[in-house]
Amino acid sequence: MDVPVLKQGPYLIATVQSALTDADLAQLRRTLVEQVGRYRSRGLIVDVTAVDVLDSFACRTLRDIAHMTGFRGAETVIVGIHADLAFAMVQLGLSLEGVTTALDLEEGLAYLDRKQRSVKALGSRPRQSAGPRNLLHPRG
Amino acid sequence: MKGSKGPAAPASAPLPAKIAIGSESTTSLLRELVAHLRQNRTQLREEWARRITEAELLTAMTKEEIFAEATSVYDNYVEALETGTFEALQAYARNLSERIIPRGVETHEVVGIVLLLRDVLARSLFAKYQGDFTKLNRILDAYEPAANRIANTVAVGFVQERERIIREQQEAIRELSTPVLQVRERLLILPIIGVIDPQRARQLTEQLLRGIRTNRAKVVVIDITGVAAMDATVANHLVQTVEASRLLGATVIVTGLSPEIAQTLVTIGVDLGKMTTVGDLQGGIEEAERLLGYKVVHFAGETPEA
Repeated sequence: MDVPVLKQGPYLIATVQSALTDADLAQLRRTLVEQVGRYRSRGLIVDVTAVDVLDSFACRTLRDIAHMTGFRGAETVIVGIHADLAFAMVQLGLSLEGVTTALDLEEGLAYLDRKQRSVKALGSRPRQSAGPRNLLHPRG
Repeated sequence: MKGSKGPAAPASAPLPAKIAIGSESTTSLLRELVAHLRQNRTQLREEWARRITEAELLTAMTKEEIFAEATSVYDNYVEALETGTFEALQAYARNLSERIIPRGVETHEVVGIVLLLRDVLARSLFAKYQGDFTKLNRILDAYEPAANRIANTVAVGFVQERERIIREQQEAIRELSTPVLQVRERLLILPIIGVIDPQRARQLTEQLLRGIRTNRAKVVVIDITGVAAMDATVANHLVQTVEASRLLGATVIVTGLSPEIAQTLVTIGVDLGKMTTVGDLQGGIEEAERLLGYKVVHFAGETPEA
């Protein structure tokens, strides 16, 4: 099952629409990491609102995507995790450490906008500044 | 004192088989029995009320109340013996329980008075038929199973009523126990007071996560000032709740940890990096406001009522 990836200004939005197989997940990871570079995106939002099950491989892949895109200059936000799913994930020890999460797409975009503004406010070169920022989360 | 004079009563244990054979005569015996009980109603009732007072049962009620209830129970008892149906008695027992439970009447008292009545009636039967031992035996054959069933019905009715009340109260406590309150736009507080058992912890998590979604909260302050201690399971659950809230995009600040709870958290090795804690609720709300970009300004010299 293909995951549509939309470009929205400086961000990419990937909306997962159903449960994904391991192959789908690997494909998603390749696509996103590649497209972040191609579109010179500043942020990536992975929307999992439609997903009611995330297994350990899916969680690890999401975490990998976040860290890999981070190295390529885009901050990833996972949005739309259901309350029940969130608690189940924590109980299984799959709590996406070091990955930013937000309630829904709107919150995720607001978060990235805020991040962008603070980067611009520092008046530094936007692309390079992403590198050091992500060193705060070196767990990739 | 109670059992000193009536050792014959328990001797009737292996009787149900006989009853099945002679059910016709059982009916007539019961009729005779009921007639006897009706005849001696006043005297037996008084005897029973006296025995209740003597045994210091139903101390929560006055003598007059005991006598009035004793009369109703006696009549219902005799009626149940006569008709062999227990619905009326059951309804009465439920009604009685409803009235006396709020006054602090205990299970042992209710069971005690019914057993006393059974004893009083059995003794009157002994007195009446002491000349004719065979007849006494047959009367007891008819009386004992019915009396046992009546005692059973009343006791079960009382216990059921009590359990129903307890269930209702538990439900009420549960609903009251975990309020999730919004204090500012996108800021929730969750004050927890009392003991947290695993069930309450689960409910708390559920309500909090639902609250985060419906209020679109960014920051949640969980105040556990009113929680004296928690065990490792519940502490772990709390940490998991904090983590799950993060997955929904909300930051959780835990405030008011008692020294004991701090000790528990250290003992189970909670990663404090995952959890923001502030000393008291005020500090927690101030920290939350800072995170949300609120700034509370105090106008010096101005009185609040202006």
